[in-house]
Amino acid sequence: MKQRPVADLSKLPTFGIGPRSPTWWGTLAFMALEGTGFALAAGTYLYLAYLSPKWPLGVPPPNHWPGTIVTLLLLASVVPNHILNRYAEACAMVPVRIGLIVMSLLGIAPLVVRWFEFPALNIYWDTNAYGSMLWVLLGLHTTHLITDVGDTMVLTVLMFTRHGYSGRRFGDVGDNVFYWDFVVATWIPIYLLIYWMPRLD
Amino acid sequence: MSSARERRLAGEGAAAGKGDLAPERDGPRDTSLDDSSLDRWLARTWQTAPGIIGALSSVDHKIVARRYLITAFAFLCLGGLSAVAMRIQLSGPERGLIGPDRYNQLFTMHGVTMMFLFAVPIVQATGIYLVPLMVGTRNIAFPRLNAFSFWIYLSGGLFAWVSFALDMAPDVGWFSYVPLSGPEFGPGKRSDVWAQMITYTEVSSLAVAVATIVTVLKQRAPGMSLDKIPLYVWAMLVTSFVIVFAMPAVMITSTFLILDRLVGTHIFNPAEGGDVLLFQHLFWFFGHPEVYIIFLPATGMVSSIITAFARRPVFGYLGMVLALIAVGFLSFGLWVHHMFATGLPKLGASFFTASSMLIAIPNGLQIFCWLATLWDGRPIIRTPLLFVFGFFFTFVAGGLTGVMLASVPLDLQVHDTYFVVAHFHYVLIGGSVFPLLGATYFWFPKITGRMMSERLGRWHFWLAFLGFNAAFFPMHIVGLWGMPRRVYTYPVELGWGNINLFITAGAVILFLSFVLFTINLVYSASRGAPAGDNPWNAGTLEWATSSPPPSYNFARIPVVTHAEPLWAERDTLPVATGLRVDARELVISTVAEAHPDVREKSATPSIWPLFAALAVGATFLYSIFSPWAVVWGAGPIAITLIGWFWPKGDPEDEE
Repeated sequence: MKQRPVADLSKLPTFGIGPRSPTWWGTLAFMALEGTGFALAAGTYLYLAYLSPKWPLGVPPPNHWPGTIVTLLLLASVVPNHILNRYAEACAMVPVRIGLIVMSLLGIAPLVVRWFEFPALNIYWDTNAYGSMLWVLLGLHTTHLITDVGDTMVLTVLMFTRHGYSGRRFGDVGDNVFYWDFVVATWIPIYLLIYWMPRLD
Repeated sequence: MSSARERRLAGEGAAAGKGDLAPERDGPRDTSLDDSSLDRWLARTWQTAPGIIGALSSVDHKIVARRYLITAFAFLCLGGLSAVAMRIQLSGPERGLIGPDRYNQLFTMHGVTMMFLFAVPIVQATGIYLVPLMVGTRNIAFPRLNAFSFWIYLSGGLFAWVSFALDMAPDVGWFSYVPLSGPEFGPGKRSDVWAQMITYTEVSSLAVAVATIVTVLKQRAPGMSLDKIPLYVWAMLVTSFVIVFAMPAVMITSTFLILDRLVGTHIFNPAEGGDVLLFQHLFWFFGHPEVYIIFLPATGMVSSIITAFARRPVFGYLGMVLALIAVGFLSFGLWVHHMFATGLPKLGASFFTASSMLIAIPNGLQIFCWLATLWDGRPIIRTPLLFVFGFFFTFVAGGLTGVMLASVPLDLQVHDTYFVVAHFHYVLIGGSVFPLLGATYFWFPKITGRMMSERLGRWHFWLAFLGFNAAFFPMHIVGLWGMPRRVYTYPVELGWGNINLFITAGAVILFLSFVLFTINLVYSASRGAPAGDNPWNAGTLEWATSSPPPSYNFARIPVVTHAEPLWAERDTLPVATGLRVDARELVISTVAEAHPDVREKSATPSIWPLFAALAVGATFLYSIFSPWAVVWGAGPIAITLIGWFWPKGDPEDEE
């Protein structure tokens, strides 16, 4: 077909951040599907608890302290996370590098405490269905935690190379901030289910 | 940090005009190029490199889609051959061709292959090919993720069929219910093969869904506001959302199953506080939307075909879009109707009866809109439209038995009989395979540049239509007589011999029709009449470019003014200019209005998605034998993902 130019796009910017960028939407879609996975796992736990005459199946409830410390660490990390976001939007290299180092450390810290959460559950995965679900829920969230901390660390290294001075990279930092919020937000209901629901009776 | 300051001073700060950005390295634009030099530039930028490494690194959505289509067709043949083998075994009472163990593997592989390796991949593959063309962009969003998804899908499918060759294919039905598939009653590795093969193929399906959603929301041609999106693209968008919310359920199910089998969790074990029915809830929470994942894209194909051959825009566009969305939502509220025989509370069953009947309303609305379009148009009967007529007849018949099955008393009577087998083959073959076949005749010219033979096409249609009905209609009857599904034979005294022989004859005719189809495909691909850009005079953007389209799809990005852009602008296509031609640039637009917003770079070819798929595939395979697979696999997966995302210095990476 013959063509007739009617619009000139040459002045458009070469990157956009937040909802202007396709990567942001991709991240959102992955959050939606992973969130569905979390919701279904939580639903399974509630379904089994509802069917069972006695929950948690005759074992003492978990020691909540490691989990509570993880919760506090995760909640505290939201503040520097959003400060980092502001610098990423401004494409300011030095504070972004510092922020990424801080966020890597704030990702490793809960992972270290997470190591102590598993024994604090007071039950193994193969003892009964209650134990299985605790390990599944905690394992599912730990996978997300490890993945995002790994991602943050790789991005941190990347921002110290010449590849960092690019709008796309700062956009990647913003998307990493966005995903960390998701990791924190999904933890709250799981924390309540694991540690406080068995104490309801 | 002086270098940072220098960069800040030196650079204009690219588009944002702020911060520590390297100066923008501009390149030649398409604005003042003549057609032939524009083609040379774009081809050099967008072409897949020659050679084996080039082929394995390709991220061109059309090349990936072609691979998907051919692979899915190969799995269709395997699934079809397993059906033919079963039909021969059932053609008479007490035949000894296939023993019970092999038969169990055959019907399981038939179902698994048709659902997970054929139906879902082929509708997604069609979308991978067509959606970027229809929305007027140059590649799918996240092209490397798209390439990765194909390798995952291929390895998952091979894994399943190699298991079959080794006599270790799953043998517990495509939905693999516990406790039959659980650690106690499912010894060996067969159910593990099912579980991990499901998890793989769903990874691939989810990846494509995400890429499709973002392509439709953010990469539409300027001016293609929400009310100008082709119905096929709407259908793929809704389908992709359904996938995003449904597929995780089956991944959770298969993961729980393998955990129970491999590390001794008790999620489905009632003796230790688990629950057997939980499996069915989780499975069907995915399994019912799955039907619509297969069906909704087919409705999009039907809309495209009807519009083109009725030669008028579709009647009731808004109603059609709302119907698609309504079906997408309602599909999540029906899953319990697969479980009416499990003794659920009556009130719950009534609710799901009502919602199962409710979904017939938006589906019916679509049917009436299509009929109105045909009624008001001047339809030309060609093979694609014949298959649409076949779809109407067959799908409506399947829908009617669906409304019957939604009623609990009737469902209890025919549960697990051939009546159900007849019903879902009418819905799935009628609702999805017939539109797919029509779509093949319709879009084949775009993909290959050649027309398919119309004469062979008509023979194909009539053989398929008659063969299908001969094979599946009598199953209603034999089901009402009480013949259960999934039996490898039956005694003479029951008197089911003749009707089963008739069914087998029908199945053979249906099979022959596919042989004819294959001949037509192969013959037409090399000898068919040249198609030209727009052989059907259709109105959507995929017909605005050459057949087959160049690697860059459109020399200049079209500007859309109408839902059928080529009918609104019959002589010249309004286009946008100003994109770079030395880097893979495409237009990112706003979600609702499709105002052009960003000149974004699309990812370059890379071998890393293949490596990542190999690492993921090896991890899954190993995980059948040991839970430590997850630990050992994490390293290679992380390395390949870093290789994938680490910038290599192309303009596509750096700006």
